[in-house]
Amino acid sequence: MTAREIVAVGASRGGLAALSLLLGALGSAFPLPVVIVYHRAQTLSRVTSSLGALVPMPVEEAVDKAPVRPGLVSVAPAGYHLLVERGWLALSTDPAVNHARPSVDVLFESLADSYGNRAVGIVLSGGGHDGAAGLARLASFGGLALVQSPEEALASEMPRAALAATPGARSLTARQIAACLSRQLGAVS
Amino acid sequence: MNDPAPGEDVRELELELLLEAIHRRYGFDFRSYARASLRRRVARRMRLAGAETISTLQARVLHDRAEMEALLLDLSINVTSMFRDPAFYRALRETVIPELRSFPFIRIWHAGCSSGEEVYSLAILLSEEGVYDRCRIYATDMNEVVLARAAAGIFPLESMREYSSNYLAAGGRDSLSRYYTARDRGALFDGDLRRNVLFSSHNLASDGPFNEFQLILCRNVMIYFDKELQGRVHRRLYECLCHFGVLGLGVGESIEFTPHASDYERLSADLRLYRRIRP
Repeated sequence: MTAREIVAVGASRGGLAALSLLLGALGSAFPLPVVIVYHRAQTLSRVTSSLGALVPMPVEEAVDKAPVRPGLVSVAPAGYHLLVERGWLALSTDPAVNHARPSVDVLFESLADSYGNRAVGIVLSGGGHDGAAGLARLASFGGLALVQSPEEALASEMPRAALAATPGARSLTARQIAACLSRQLGAVS
Repeated sequence: MNDPAPGEDVRELELELLLEAIHRRYGFDFRSYARASLRRRVARRMRLAGAETISTLQARVLHDRAEMEALLLDLSINVTSMFRDPAFYRALRETVIPELRSFPFIRIWHAGCSSGEEVYSLAILLSEEGVYDRCRIYATDMNEVVLARAAAGIFPLESMREYSSNYLAAGGRDSLSRYYTARDRGALFDGDLRRNVLFSSHNLASDGPFNEFQLILCRNVMIYFDKELQGRVHRRLYECLCHFGVLGLGVGESIEFTPHASDYERLSADLRLYRRIRP
């Protein structure tokens, strides 16, 4: 089984609940870096502090050129795209993709290039289809593709689009996604 | 003959060759730009130019000046807005400008000013705080097309609503509309706002320091540079900043991961304003 080095999650409407469920289930000792794109409005967004209060591991706003750190959850800041270079985070102010900035596609596509089959891409609840193309690309590079089941997701559009674009993606509940990740780590330790 | 490299390795090679070609043919050096965002911008230019591979784009760029100019614009234009991140401008107004009042002359460098929205924002702010007359603002960018736009001071009318809201959130004392007149071409900002502004071409990546400043703004420019280039640019900015001078970065940036981290103190928790403390 391939050793995974980084986990990326994309979420929109209804995603905060799924995110806290997923991260909560992973636990504070989860050893991989986690990077998150959550669709958020430009002004006064409290996503990072809200999430920080709900989950056991440290949660920070992603900063440009920050090193990718195990056990840290980095959330894309409002108004920036988040990309991942090999070992460090990068931000961009390029135009919105799928009407979103930060965009999940942008994150996943950069991860395909920098981590390829060592990355995990996860799409959670949300409207629209941001993340579908990116997840498909990540999967084509050998990355692990997991999608919150449309039945569980509060908003099922994004998960459905992701599943349609990525035939190899697994449709799981948030808790099952956490279990899958833990198994991935356990199998290669 | 060796087995051909897998697809991705070929694309990486093509990207390296494209950057090398641009540098040798036109003298623009994008070789130290951050790769992830560069790849996206090149891919977008390929789509627009109908080039299936990076090599195809390279051939066009080498043989067609217009193609080069289009690519150059794509690689060097950075989006900006007036009073971008209003809380940053409010902090400038409330924390930094009061300190600047003690100087007879205030030299400010806006490095990477792009189309100028933030330059006019700064001018308005300084003017409302009564210090504009003592200021000399140097607004520089490597892209001359965009610099010309900045010098013209015309911004889309559709943006004025958002900008007015930003202006007020940044502590604006009046109304943004006081500073522009609506024309067909857009909102034309008061020429008076740039009487103490010098727009000039300057390449952060290659040009050396040129003056000493009390305030330097370099916002969301270095996010496009790789770490090594960012470090070099930070050194230049540091060399141009006087002792106790203030450096302002974009909200998503930090001094923390640069070689100059310990030469500054944080003026504001999240707003990326730093004061040089090393003499």
